[in-house]
Amino acid sequence: MNYRMIAYILGWILVFESLFMAVPAVTAIFYGESAFWYFLITAVICLAAGFLIIRKKPDGKQLYSREGNVIVALSWILLSIFGALPFYMSGVIPSFTDALFETVSGFTTTGASILSDVEALPKSMLMWRSFTHWVGGMGVLVFIMAFLPLSGANNMHIMKAESPGPSVSKLVPRVKSTALLLYKIYFVLTAAEFIMLLFGGMTVFDALNTSFATAGTGGFGIYNNSMGGFSPYLQIVVTVFMLLFSVNFNSYFLLISGKLRDALNTEVLVFFLIVAAVTGIITFNVSGLFSTMGEAARHSAFTVASLISTTGFSTADFNVFPELSRTLLVMIMFIGACAGSTGGGIKVSRIIILFKSMAKELLVMVHPRQVKKIKMGSHPIDHETVRSVNVFMVAYLMTFVISLVLLSFDDHDLITNFTAVTAALNNIGPGLELVGPTANFGFFSTSAKLVLIFDMLAGRLELFPMLLLFTPATWKK
Amino acid sequence: MNIIIVGCGKVGQALAEQLNEEDNNVTVIDVDRKTVDGVVNRCDVMGVVGNGATRAIQQEAGITDADLLIAVTASDELNMLCCLIAKKAGNCQTIARVRSPQYNIEAPFLKDELGLAMVINPEYAAAAEIARILRFPSAIKIDTFAKGRVELLKFRLPEGSPLAGCAVKDINSKFHSDVLVCTIERGDEAFIAYGDFVFGDGDVISIVAAPRKANDFFRKIKYKTNSVKDVMIVGGGEIGHYLCEMLLRSGMNIKLIEKNPVRCEELDTLMDDVTVINGDASDQNVLLEAGLENAEAFVALTNLDEENILLSLFARSVGKAKLVTKINRIDFGDVIKHLDLDSIIYPKNITSETIIRYVRAMKNTMGSNVETLYNVIKGKIEAAEFIIKDDSPVVDIPLMEMKFKEGVLVAAILRDRKVIIPHGQDSIRVGDAVVIVSNHLALHDITDILV
Repeated sequence: MNYRMIAYILGWILVFESLFMAVPAVTAIFYGESAFWYFLITAVICLAAGFLIIRKKPDGKQLYSREGNVIVALSWILLSIFGALPFYMSGVIPSFTDALFETVSGFTTTGASILSDVEALPKSMLMWRSFTHWVGGMGVLVFIMAFLPLSGANNMHIMKAESPGPSVSKLVPRVKSTALLLYKIYFVLTAAEFIMLLFGGMTVFDALNTSFATAGTGGFGIYNNSMGGFSPYLQIVVTVFMLLFSVNFNSYFLLISGKLRDALNTEVLVFFLIVAAVTGIITFNVSGLFSTMGEAARHSAFTVASLISTTGFSTADFNVFPELSRTLLVMIMFIGACAGSTGGGIKVSRIIILFKSMAKELLVMVHPRQVKKIKMGSHPIDHETVRSVNVFMVAYLMTFVISLVLLSFDDHDLITNFTAVTAALNNIGPGLELVGPTANFGFFSTSAKLVLIFDMLAGRLELFPMLLLFTPATWKK
Repeated sequence: MNIIIVGCGKVGQALAEQLNEEDNNVTVIDVDRKTVDGVVNRCDVMGVVGNGATRAIQQEAGITDADLLIAVTASDELNMLCCLIAKKAGNCQTIARVRSPQYNIEAPFLKDELGLAMVINPEYAAAAEIARILRFPSAIKIDTFAKGRVELLKFRLPEGSPLAGCAVKDINSKFHSDVLVCTIERGDEAFIAYGDFVFGDGDVISIVAAPRKANDFFRKIKYKTNSVKDVMIVGGGEIGHYLCEMLLRSGMNIKLIEKNPVRCEELDTLMDDVTVINGDASDQNVLLEAGLENAEAFVALTNLDEENILLSLFARSVGKAKLVTKINRIDFGDVIKHLDLDSIIYPKNITSETIIRYVRAMKNTMGSNVETLYNVIKGKIEAAEFIIKDDSPVVDIPLMEMKFKEGVLVAAILRDRKVIIPHGQDSIRVGDAVVIVSNHLALHDITDILV
């Protein structure tokens, strides 16, 4: 293990975190809030600690797969711990576990809150919550790689560990240019949403927060009823952008390069097919709850987009939807967004690969000598990827089951626990029953919250970087 | 620069790594996924799996925006095909590795007709490097133009050299030699040689000359090149063959030991002046009988790296020969360094270095007509080779009647395999290759030398 190099990058993480603090700090100055000082103190702490570490450049810049994974896991933990300081120090969230939960939920773009009354928070604190979504959505290390002259050739390991999806590829030959390109697309999309929200009459503050939270597919609301109080136009804009941010960013790059056929690949098509089908069914299923069919369709579409993109905004209390709708909604929580997007979940491409491997297995039972290669569109998926998807699924189920058991010590009902773990592991936010869209996670015990914090991080980083931290072999020389 | 490399063997990987470090956008193509993954994980390049000679794969690798495609797969034919397709699919320069001797003879034709920017033959390049080591060990630097027919040599005048105190314009009359002095470095200053410049002790001078003429010149100015006269070569493969031809050109006595009798006869037919000995060099007696003790240089070029090392160690123990050992495959550079084997030749590294040198020059000459570009004195004086393709103001006018910019020197003209060290009454013709030494960096076209 190259401990020096790991520490070096972690040092840079702290420096960048202090820069991130500028966003809420400026907000605090603008609104004349005393919270400014807490952001300033945190920024100074981060900056001092960071510079202390990066003062000396490490000699060996060699990074291998395990260093990449460990760096990513530790970076996210560190980022969350320091990011929680403003909440904790200002007393907005008196318990440190709760503050940590809120920050992890922010960075991992989960959007699950322990706060019952978000409207009581200072505006700068709300801004910090939303901004963590934006930073966490595309990835902190991707951000750092885009701007830091980290010349080491092995940054790909870091990018692979942080980016979601079964196989991570670059858009252009260099990691740095790829990261920069991703952030450009991300920025442009975010700005587009911001402008369209302003156009619909939202205040600048609300539009900025909502854009950040949508872009990262986070879902922290700035009002107690989430998106329920906004006009139908605004809800539709958010619906569209939640879906846009769930699409693989490679597709946008291909679209810009004029390769429409490649951009609309199997995964994207299947994703929109699922969205359309589920929205259709739910619209009919919930039509009794709303006055018009149009309203039912709008709320269904919003809810489906919100949950499959793993954002977690809500316009209607889907906890009171009929059982069929609730079941379907939980299903799409697991499916999640496309690989290479800012969304979480298992990812559509993995689901496709899993289904195709199952179909292949069945075919082989019929014709034992048949040779069948799993393909995505016309691209064959190599065996290594299929294997890693299978192992991911096993690890996912194990993590899920163990978390569920640990959570049930709290003695809440199964649906609550089940959907709480679902919401945390898939980075969604709200679940059903006690953790439904109108409720929050504040009632869980500290130990249960720690389990959920782990789940959120594991879900965002796609399990292995977090699991690797608990593998003794990682730390041996 | 955007560069595509087809073939991820040792050379391809070395190229990818080095070119990436020099701030180029590199994409590698190979048919084997594992190999591509290996490269992509080790350096910051993009990988494409597939046949690099297909248009679809080249397009996926971004041929339309590429500036250069380098084909270094194991097959000569595939390499040339890759380059051909790349020419049609995109608008880029191409470099092909072509190692078969049959094609090597036709390299200039292939280059012209297939529009290749460079044809690299690893064996030829390795032989050239060995020849340089043997011929002129004390040179500071040697660059070659026109496939080795012209050389630019840089060396330091020793104390008491007869050249000291002599003016540049008097050299050829005084020493009766056919060389051209290009540059003189004195302390931190660098000059383009002009007629009245007087040499001093300790000057670093560079001259342009044909190989044999250079040796002649050095003898006349009593400069010790430490070059060797008697060489023993073990292994009559392609490198051996090329090396013999090069060394013969500078008049060395060569003994070549080769195991295969048929190959021996072939080599003897090809090169009359080489003493070809048929025998197994792993037998000490064969070496001793051939006169290893008296050889001034010993070159081990068999196909087995281990054998080469052992042969060189043996040569060290019995004589005082300068050793050159070829190593193809094994990768224990540090260990080998400790064996005290004088010069080690890694043909693969030489190939990649030659290509990289070309890429660097290409980067500097993007959009110009420069064929080859060398730093004679870093950042101060460059030597550039131009091919005169069509009529221009420099053609068919005696050099002395042309108005050159200050600091420009026409150093050599190559016409039909003949080297002309230009004098005032010579003129440039269409089809010539011209070497220009100048302190105007980044000349773009031959006409840039005129006022």
